[in-house]
Amino acid sequence: MRRLLIGIALGFMALFVVVPLATVFASAFRDGISAYVHALGDSEARSAIKLTLLVAAIAVPCNVVFGLAAAWAITRFQFPGKRVLVTVIDLPFAVSPVIAGMLFVLLFGARGWFPGSHIVFAVPGIVMVTTFVTVPFVARELIPALEARGPAQELAALTLGASPWQTFWRVTLPNVKLSLVYGAILCTARAVGEFGAVSVVSGHIRGETNTVPLHVEILYNDFHYQAAFAVATVLVWIALATLVIEQALRWRMRRRR
Amino acid sequence: MRRRALPGFGLSLGVTLAYLGLLVVIPLSTVVLKTAELPAGELWATVTSSRALASYALSLGASLVAASIDLVFGLVIAWVLVRYRFPGRRIVDALVDLPFALPTAVAGIALTATWSPHGLFGRVLPLAYSRAGVVVALVFIGLPFAVRSVQPVLEALDPRLEEAAATLGATRVQTFRRVVLPALRPALVTGFALAFARGLGEYGSVVFISGNMPMKTEITPLLIMTKLEQFDYAGATALALVILAASFAILIAVNGLAWRGKKRVRPPAAQVVR
Repeated sequence: MRRLLIGIALGFMALFVVVPLATVFASAFRDGISAYVHALGDSEARSAIKLTLLVAAIAVPCNVVFGLAAAWAITRFQFPGKRVLVTVIDLPFAVSPVIAGMLFVLLFGARGWFPGSHIVFAVPGIVMVTTFVTVPFVARELIPALEARGPAQELAALTLGASPWQTFWRVTLPNVKLSLVYGAILCTARAVGEFGAVSVVSGHIRGETNTVPLHVEILYNDFHYQAAFAVATVLVWIALATLVIEQALRWRMRRRR
Repeated sequence: MRRRALPGFGLSLGVTLAYLGLLVVIPLSTVVLKTAELPAGELWATVTSSRALASYALSLGASLVAASIDLVFGLVIAWVLVRYRFPGRRIVDALVDLPFALPTAVAGIALTATWSPHGLFGRVLPLAYSRAGVVVALVFIGLPFAVRSVQPVLEALDPRLEEAAATLGATRVQTFRRVVLPALRPALVTGFALAFARGLGEYGSVVFISGNMPMKTEITPLLIMTKLEQFDYAGATALALVILAASFAILIAVNGLAWRGKKRVRPPAAQVVR
């Protein structure tokens, strides 16, 4: 029974996860290492990587600050409408990426509420949709972490004469550090890889509004398969690094308990 | 209002409400307001066009089939990860989250390359560019939801309960059906619903593998995309409203279930003694 179940689990994982992953690398290195390096050194690929990093560098800090504020308000105070607020934080997860992109086209597009603003089909639009789809990640990790700690240590710090900001930096933040990093890592992975929503608002201007996932799509649709998979490996490396950090953080969180 | 002992209520709630208002609530309200601009007849015609109906059937059907497959294999994987020790267990545990971490576009081209007629599996069973291909992509996307919903509940389940059932003469099947399954049921429902909801809205991984033939392998998010590219914002909005309504209904149902589940939590032993 034990062997059969382990066999089924491993077989399923191989079928749906391991083999597709191996296919990415096999296709990327199909024409040798020099073709792989060439695909990554391409100027459009490089500008796509730069844009993706820029977008993540704005979206993630915004959601970290939001996550801290939301978690503090929700876990430390009682106020009417709290459960509605928690549901609203989760809403971006329930919105299809294509629809998320559409929302911003409806707001800022040619026939939108704020026409003429150069937001959609430009970099600001990409930043906004990416921030939208990654809103819940940090808050969702921080809320249970702060909830579990309770306010006792913070109250003690305040009683001993610490200022509110001292309490935040010296007591609250160190206590939830691991959960914060965990949420930020998940947020980064999604921000770097978001495809559907960004695809709607980007306008696909090569070298200008192409993120890495969009560049992969363009190469793939132009039948540059090897180059498409080579650029895709960049995203795979990021994903695998995310998983390793995730495991390490989880292990440390478990040990702390 | 009672005096607050902790500082920062105004600041933190203010930041939270302003951020959510600007970034989430105002954009989402455009859908409702845009739909209200449409004449009702036109709205109905868009939402019930044969192409739209075919896309709902595919999106719903493929998501249901994929979520069911994830439910079964997710349970097996969670079981194996919690109950057995074997070489490579931690790697498998980490890889379960890959569909979360891997960008959907990469998942799309990877699955397509694997299941296309030239691919490793596609040579034997070419599932790409068909409805089955859509299911393959959605199974991949939904897997972590199924596993991660069940895994913590299974970890908290005391194996001694099963041993007790066995010593009292229950067969393995009976123990599983009467002891394990009832404890896991809420988690299984949550995992299924989350995988299903994710499948309904999924775009990136599906567009590459489906072939995107109207009436046949065109999912609703792709149809919305097509309408946006033709600047038919009204049509896109109407279809988006259908998908949003379905996703929100699932989200509310899951939150309701989770809330009920919390209220009913008892130590596992008490459940059996009763």
